[in-house]
Amino acid sequence: MDTTTETKSTRKTEIKETESVVVRFSGDSGDGMQLTGMQFTDTSALLGKDISTFPEYPAEIRAPAGTVAGVSGFQVHFGSKEIFTPGDFYDVLVAMNSAALKTDLHRVRKGGTVVVNTAGFDSKNLKLANYPEGANPLEDGTLDGYTVYKIDVTRLTKEALKDSGLGMKEIERSKNMFVLGMLFWMFDKSMDFTIKSLEEKFAKKPEILNANITVLKAGWNYGDTTEIFTTRYKISAAKLPAGTYRNISGNQAVAIGAVAAAEKAGLQLFLGSYPITPASDILHELSKFKANGVKTFQAEDEIAAICSAIGATYTGALGMTTTSGPGMALKTEAMGLAMIFEIPLLIVDIQRGGPSTGLPTKTEQADLLMAMFGRHGEAPLPIIAASTPADCFDAVYEAIKISIEHMVPVVFLSDGYIANGAEPWRFPTEDQLPPINVKFTTENNNPGGNFLPYKRDENGVRPWVIPGTKGLEHRIGGLEKQHETGNVSYDSKNHELMIKLRAEKVEKIADFIPLAKPDSGNTKGKMCVLGWGSTYGAIKTALIDLHAEGYDVAHVHLRHMNPFPKNLGELLHSYEKVLIPEMNCGQLLQLIRAKYLVPAVGYNKVQGLPFTTEEIKEKIKELYNA
Amino acid sequence: METETLEKNAPVKLTAKDFVSDQEVKWCPGCGDYSILKQVQTVLPDFVTEKEKVVFVSGIGCSSRFPYYMDTYGMHSIHGRATAIATGVKVANPDLNVWVIGGDGDLMSIGGNHFIHMLRRNPNIKLIMFNNQIYGLTKGQYSPTSEKGKVTKSTPYGSVDEPFNPAELALGAKASFLARTLDRDPKHQQTIFKRANEHKGTAFVEVYQNCPVFNDGAFFIYTEKETKKEEALLLEQGKPLVFGQSESKGIRLDGFTPTIVELTDGVSKDDLWIHDETDKVKASILAQFANYDDKHHMPRPFGVLYKENRSCFDEDVAAQINAAQSKRGKTPLNKILSGDKTWVIA
Repeated sequence: MDTTTETKSTRKTEIKETESVVVRFSGDSGDGMQLTGMQFTDTSALLGKDISTFPEYPAEIRAPAGTVAGVSGFQVHFGSKEIFTPGDFYDVLVAMNSAALKTDLHRVRKGGTVVVNTAGFDSKNLKLANYPEGANPLEDGTLDGYTVYKIDVTRLTKEALKDSGLGMKEIERSKNMFVLGMLFWMFDKSMDFTIKSLEEKFAKKPEILNANITVLKAGWNYGDTTEIFTTRYKISAAKLPAGTYRNISGNQAVAIGAVAAAEKAGLQLFLGSYPITPASDILHELSKFKANGVKTFQAEDEIAAICSAIGATYTGALGMTTTSGPGMALKTEAMGLAMIFEIPLLIVDIQRGGPSTGLPTKTEQADLLMAMFGRHGEAPLPIIAASTPADCFDAVYEAIKISIEHMVPVVFLSDGYIANGAEPWRFPTEDQLPPINVKFTTENNNPGGNFLPYKRDENGVRPWVIPGTKGLEHRIGGLEKQHETGNVSYDSKNHELMIKLRAEKVEKIADFIPLAKPDSGNTKGKMCVLGWGSTYGAIKTALIDLHAEGYDVAHVHLRHMNPFPKNLGELLHSYEKVLIPEMNCGQLLQLIRAKYLVPAVGYNKVQGLPFTTEEIKEKIKELYNA
Repeated sequence: METETLEKNAPVKLTAKDFVSDQEVKWCPGCGDYSILKQVQTVLPDFVTEKEKVVFVSGIGCSSRFPYYMDTYGMHSIHGRATAIATGVKVANPDLNVWVIGGDGDLMSIGGNHFIHMLRRNPNIKLIMFNNQIYGLTKGQYSPTSEKGKVTKSTPYGSVDEPFNPAELALGAKASFLARTLDRDPKHQQTIFKRANEHKGTAFVEVYQNCPVFNDGAFFIYTEKETKKEEALLLEQGKPLVFGQSESKGIRLDGFTPTIVELTDGVSKDDLWIHDETDKVKASILAQFANYDDKHHMPRPFGVLYKENRSCFDEDVAAQINAAQSKRGKTPLNKILSGDKTWVIA
């Protein structure tokens, strides 16, 4: 085996220039498809392509091998133009077994490329994937109309490693590297980044490292030397705005957004969390920041998770809790407590398919109304929703800024789609981040009398006093408080006053957030598509195409779900038609119709999957021409 | 000038009055909670010089009104969660002196999960449970410590629930400090609260507290003159287990079985079980005294049943952070933002 990282192709093949490509790696949960996809993505990003990725896992960690339930996929969309979604249809599908092909073939573009590992199509695998007795999609015409490469990846991997001294299990495990090498060749990409990353990962296991590199190169060489591949693709670097970029997933962005906000605020970050898909990665990520003083607490349950964060905030730390729908449901009582305490707190809900356990690994936007109304009593909270993986950073940073400066718990909504998805991010530097003003009160605001913990400033915000502050000892509680003194009060008029004051404080935040304006299209006209959260990419891409076709349609995308931007009603009324696509049964739709009396129309999809650009385009055209 | 300022700021010994808030205490007349409040306010000046560093956290229930009456920092939270909140308080700021107040319903029932997890983690928090074996605030339903067969509003035919034995539960959850005291014995309470304060770790104190309205007299046999000598066993470290009128009875250990012996028939105090609060096996036998039925009736032990020194959660969290900081140093924010792999687009 050649030991240099020679990646110049030695063979003449047709080079196809293209703007963007969607590749889907699909295989068994144990086939290493996520790792393969991520390596492919990193390399694409480092070579300056714009990217968007979407991993899709089964809910079971190891569903029975070879079955449809066990298929794990990783989708990457990369190109030289700006990319806003992981793509609707695949240009290239890599199917490691029969179940993977069965699951994903229907989303391969007609004429697209299908690479199959023939070892995954023996009678056993075909049966596991529930193909009828005797049927084999590789032979029965199922793949007519596609460019098909049938390769026995398993055998070739074994061949490459026959002298490695490794056991069969380790050898089997390396076959994803063969695929990766082959794809690198096909897309004219360097193996260098992957080799470097393997060297870091397996620094202490040289035999595994060598095996992986050997197989990776074998895959590349296979592409280069065999005659079966006729086409390679060339994609120029994307014309992204100038700057320095990194690749980031939504959950990573939430974690470092919180670290950055805590640091800018000069507060200790405390995360109380309980593991739950798809939010656990934020707990994992923040647990790495010990050296920066971040305290992470894996609590005994969701309730203790938020309660510990409330306790931490009470002492003057920035308390934060992360969860998904089922955990959010458990936290609601404590959210009400934090709300009536009027303390900062960040509640992160990475939405997944519900109700109940629902679809843990699939995406949905069905917790909006829970975030809005899911507490007993009148307990409004600000809600911020992120629209893309990188936007999670800005959105979480803003959520924390609002929470601290307005002394109010804030709900941050993301979902499985952008939490696990990744894209290039032109990251800011420390000095570009807006300041976060923390004011710990140390002086009595009622000289000569008792300190008034619930005396408000012009924005309705009460002072933040932390234990250890001499002379300002006071008690707070979940019982209704007397205005200003905070003492327990059962007075009926006082109760109504306090409810109004707490609600007004939240409403007042609208003075501190930007006005709504179209992301694309005009500020008035025939039609507006109002989106929120992770539908951003699909709507954005749909409108690029529709504008080219001459449609007068605008895209307004909401980050501030409560309070809404002050001009939102006026803006929506300036369009003849308003369409609201959501991955739920019409939750924003209800809020918008109720608040602004706009005859908006919903477009709802609750399949655990994001909208495709095509779906949005079709729906817009339908309503536009109706 | 300077010396004057120093003198002015020198700590003045606080008094019980300094811990009394301006709020009117609203427990029922005769409630055992009054005594507990009084004893806590009485002992705090013995070891607190900066009351601004004291935090009382409570859940829901009659006893959980406690923080409102203390002129310290305090939080009246939600049902069962005081332990979880207090853990957050202590971990975020280990410098604070944190106390949790709760009832048997709050801590054993709705808060049972957080209770056991706090004990196993062992943050340096004082945990006082007012056990009145009844739900008082909701007007008289049986609690998880009510005896089987108890007739209450929700159990008109008698409760069929087996109760928790809090001491046994606490030891099972790895409590590092376990004590029991009585609302009607102020001196004993004070001693126990001081011992709890001295303990580094979660100090769990069960206080038998009379509810004069819904469960009056539940503990009278341990507190009233006619019966208390026979029914209450006062534990003292290194001392034999002696009780009864004129200290005429003792407890001997036959293997793992406690046996009551008369001190008159040739048995001396030297033959008795000597209390060793560091012995977990003996502590679990003491904890089980409450389980014995009438056939093998045992007096109820009061005092420190168990105490062990083990590391505190809040300190361990802080130590891990310190170790990471001295080993790796703080990552600059710009480095966190950029991550390891970046590329430039011109």
